[in-house]
Amino acid sequence: MFRLSETPIDAVELARELAHTRAGACVTFEGWVRDHNEGRAVLRLGYQAYVPLALAEGERILAEARAKFVVVEAACVHRVGTLEIGELAVWVGVSAAHRGAAFDACRYVIDEVKRRVPIWKNEHYADGESGWLHPDNTPVE
Amino acid sequence: MKYRVLYFASLRDRAGIDAEQVESRAGDARGLYTELRARHGFALGEDRLRVAINGAFASWEQPLHDGDEVVFIPPVSGG
Repeated sequence: MFRLSETPIDAVELARELAHTRAGACVTFEGWVRDHNEGRAVLRLGYQAYVPLALAEGERILAEARAKFVVVEAACVHRVGTLEIGELAVWVGVSAAHRGAAFDACRYVIDEVKRRVPIWKNEHYADGESGWLHPDNTPVE
Repeated sequence: MKYRVLYFASLRDRAGIDAEQVESRAGDARGLYTELRARHGFALGEDRLRVAINGAFASWEQPLHDGDEVVFIPPVSGG
C-alpha cells in the first residue's frame, strides 16, 4: 500500500497493519522535517506530487521490494502540502519472518522512493527565500 | 495538435501556472519542451528532466497524439 496524505501520518496505526502471525520482525523508517539543510535554517517544507504517477511508481517500488526480499507486508505513506519542523514527512514499514529481509526491504523502499517517485520538496528558509530541491541539493530558481 | 501540459516544482513557479492547453506542431516531447522552454524561460535542460505521457514515464521520442497529457518531471526530492 502506497499512499499520499494531506493530513498527519499516524505511524502507530500504520505499524499495526503490518502485523501477521508469520511475521517475526518489523522495521519502520520515519523521515522527519529538520530545521536546517546545507547550512541554511529551514522554517517549513512544502511537498508537491504528480499524484497519479507518484501512486503508480510507489506501488511499483513496493512490488519490487516484495519480489526481491522475503517480506510479509510492505507499506509507505508520504505527506504532501505544508509541513512544520518535526513533522513526519514519510513513513515506510515492512514486516517479515526475519529481521534481515525487513531491514533490507525497508532501506530499498525509502531509497527508491527518494530516487524515483515524482514528489518535490520546497524549502522555506529563515531569510525569507525558498527553493525547490533537486538531487544535487541545489535549489532551482 | 493540442496537448495538456502540467507543471510541477520549479517549472510551475517559472511558468506561473499549474497547467495549460498547448497548441503545437511538435510531434514528440523533445520538440514540445524546446518550444515551452523558450516561451517560459525554464532553467532546467532536458538532460535533467524525465517525461511522462498520460500518467506513465515515456521516452522523449515517443510520438504524441492529440489530447495527450504531457508532464516534464524535474529531478525529484521526496523523502
